[in-house]
Amino acid sequence: MADTKIRDYKIDFMRWSWPAVVLSVVLSVVSLVSLGWQGLNFAIDFTGGTIIEVAYQEPADLEEVRQQLRDAGFANPVVQHFGTTREVLIRLAPQADVTSADLRTRVVDALRKDPAVQVELHRIEFVGPQVGEDLAESGVVAFLLAVLGILAYVAWRFEYRFSFGAIVASVHDIVLILGVFSVFQLDFDLSVLAAVLAILGYSINDTIVIFDRIRENFRKIRRGEVLDIINLSINDTLSRTLMTSFLTLLVCISMAIWGGEVLRNFALALIVGIVVGTYSSIYVASALAYRLGVSRADLLLPEKEGATDNRP
Amino acid sequence: MRNRFPLWKNLLIIAILVLASIYSLPNFFGEDPSVQLSPLRSAKLDEATRLQVEKLLSDAGMKPKSLELSEKRLLVRFTETETQLKAADLLSGSLGTNYTVALNLAPATPAWLRAINAQPMYLGLDLRGGVHFLMQVDTEAAVRQAEERYAEDIRSLLRESKIRYLSVDRGNGVIEVKFQDGETLAQARDVIRRELRGLDISIEGNAIRASLSETERRETRRLAVAQNITTLRNRINELGVAEPVIQQQGEDRIVVQLPGVQDTARAKEILGATATLEFRMVDTEHSAQGLEEGKTPLGTKLYQDRSGRPILLQRKIIVTGDQIVDASSGLDSQSGSPAVFVTLNGIGARKMADVTRENIGKPMAVVYIETKTETKEVEGRKVTTKKKIEEVINVATIRDRFSKRFQITGLDSTDEARNLALLLRAGALAAPVDIVEERTVGPSLGKENIEQGTRSFIIGFVLIAIVMTLYYKVFGIIANLSLLFNVALILSILSLLQATLTLPGIAGITLTIGMAVDANVLIYERIKEELRNGNSIQSSIYAGFERAFATIFDSNLTTLVAAIMLFGIGSGPVKGFAVTLTIGILTSMFTAVMCTRMMVNFVYGQRRVAKLWI
Repeated sequence: MADTKIRDYKIDFMRWSWPAVVLSVVLSVVSLVSLGWQGLNFAIDFTGGTIIEVAYQEPADLEEVRQQLRDAGFANPVVQHFGTTREVLIRLAPQADVTSADLRTRVVDALRKDPAVQVELHRIEFVGPQVGEDLAESGVVAFLLAVLGILAYVAWRFEYRFSFGAIVASVHDIVLILGVFSVFQLDFDLSVLAAVLAILGYSINDTIVIFDRIRENFRKIRRGEVLDIINLSINDTLSRTLMTSFLTLLVCISMAIWGGEVLRNFALALIVGIVVGTYSSIYVASALAYRLGVSRADLLLPEKEGATDNRP
Repeated sequence: MRNRFPLWKNLLIIAILVLASIYSLPNFFGEDPSVQLSPLRSAKLDEATRLQVEKLLSDAGMKPKSLELSEKRLLVRFTETETQLKAADLLSGSLGTNYTVALNLAPATPAWLRAINAQPMYLGLDLRGGVHFLMQVDTEAAVRQAEERYAEDIRSLLRESKIRYLSVDRGNGVIEVKFQDGETLAQARDVIRRELRGLDISIEGNAIRASLSETERRETRRLAVAQNITTLRNRINELGVAEPVIQQQGEDRIVVQLPGVQDTARAKEILGATATLEFRMVDTEHSAQGLEEGKTPLGTKLYQDRSGRPILLQRKIIVTGDQIVDASSGLDSQSGSPAVFVTLNGIGARKMADVTRENIGKPMAVVYIETKTETKEVEGRKVTTKKKIEEVINVATIRDRFSKRFQITGLDSTDEARNLALLLRAGALAAPVDIVEERTVGPSLGKENIEQGTRSFIIGFVLIAIVMTLYYKVFGIIANLSLLFNVALILSILSLLQATLTLPGIAGITLTIGMAVDANVLIYERIKEELRNGNSIQSSIYAGFERAFATIFDSNLTTLVAAIMLFGIGSGPVKGFAVTLTIGILTSMFTAVMCTRMMVNFVYGQRRVAKLWI
């Protein structure tokens, strides 16, 4: 054994664990209240409806476009700029009696009323309400299965208390991402759901690395408080945690800036998720495992795996 | 001590990297705008066609980049889209009756790569533009039709068995048959049980309540969807789309993707066409050769069979498609040759019986009729025309008198039998289809998506490379090389799988790059730590790789669990993201653990090192 005594560590993370609990609880409550109060701004992927993206030669006057659509009989069209002022995104609520072909013709005709204005149709998406419902349902199922799968794996590889910590941390991350999307009423579409699930994986990944080190240190260091060992482990893995989060953030920021409108919310969800996920691996997952009373005895293996050192 | 891999391991890693690089190459050559000709029905596609097309084009002053003849299509490549469009107009004008002319973006993969089967990824609709439909098959309608068929069967079965019944009613998924007394009911029950095995039967007072069994119900639904897919595929082939995708999604939905198609209205017209069937006697008294349409002998009509040969049929229709209640393919019990078993309803059966009794030994034909509406713009106005396509799909000799159930033999193969059964059923009971989702992506948006996706990927990569080099120095450069190999590996695997690349797919690759460095970071931090603990350089490198592996494995596996669950959502774009993420996680483990280590071994493993640049 290299060292049986606890080493010094630089930062006493656990000292801040109570303020962290308060912060997490406050943020989670804000998120949940917002989710309950104004909910998510679901895109047509989930609600059904029609999205039409058009490009004008000149910067478009949104009020005029709105009026044109109202004249054509669309009750409450949502019209906004998309990327540039020449590009316009139109959202129409699902209509029961209109087929998508009719809709397309009616919208295009309405917009091309003035022959002097050139309109180019970039994209049109029509989603039936049933499809959206099915999707929302399978999204929830996929999420729950992912949580269960990870729970089982961590419980098997580590210990149930860790597994509980990991799951609470992940759920915490996801509540906060959803909270951000709810508070700012950002579009929640299929790609954002994908990002949320990816963050589930990412956050767990981060947590596992710290847990792995806690386990290793428990086996290696015979003396010392549990709290100290957790602190030491977080310190040991700190530079890796920061480095990886920073690098992953770099690509996500690059996607948010240069990836175009379609990827923006996706990248945004990832950015929020990485920041929150990094924080929660330290403060939620590890702290919770500690509060639940993780001890050295829980992680000692009966066999020799942890003790062998086969380096040359 | 020294850090080195055995020779075979080095060779294996290098071989994998070389292969990965070669198979990812086709993705970088771009695409040629091209026109694709595929033969319709009997038309031949051979060297003569090639020469004909070449001559047509050169007469019009167009210079194709190349003409490639393969078994199923002739591909004419151009350098500009403008020439491509002109050529397509020209070719569909002069060859359109015999060939489907479609616009295509053919991968400009060099011949030597194509020779080793290296192909680029298929670009999704969001990257190349086109129409995506999600169609819902009304399988309940198919089940209702099946119930109706059974009700009819029960009636005629009871009549044939001379069992008196009061009424046969259908409603709420149950067929209720009422009887006068318990004795007839018991008789009827036995007969129905024996003859109609697809029914679950219960008894209530003096009535038999029959309903479709769960297996029968499921089978009916499955067949309805399968039928619709076949019909859609046939129609899309005529639409002239280069690489259509027609897939079943879930239990009762069909995805149709038509790359390059912008005119959704026309696409829907063709997909929504209806088809029916007619049985007619073949006119054996006159020769069909040399006859012109409109100048046929009295009481006959001229048709063409699938290979374009003329065939003369009698005007009188024996049975139409809506009188067919079922058709299935199988083998003739006597000869063992492929056959199609057809079931008619009561009216059809009686007519068929009358005709066949008098015509034993004579040929009978099956005519397939498809009605399509087409909208064309003529002088600025939209004109809708109905187009009827009629062709003889099968001619068979009547062997014996038959009525309700009969079989069609004389088919070439089991495939043909299966197709004919499908066509017969499709004509008879195509379950209604609704379009529940439609996405159209303009070609300019597709191009923009590719550009933005690639740009954000490259910028992300370069940023990571800079940070890694600054932070980990020599090891950073090694990690960057590994990362590059990782990208090549992902691309080559996706290409070999012929996966569809979508914008979320690109995002998945980009995200993977960020997460893939994690493994390298874990290893490097571990090496640094070992050095700090006062271990020797070589043993620190060794321990760094060995100890970080368990962590890498555990953390990646949990991410993998999440990625696999993403499949569960099931919709196209998210699947693309999940696929690239999954592959990226697996390849990053390989490149970080194997490639990085090999390179570190090359640089540092073989000699005494005073200081590590890490």
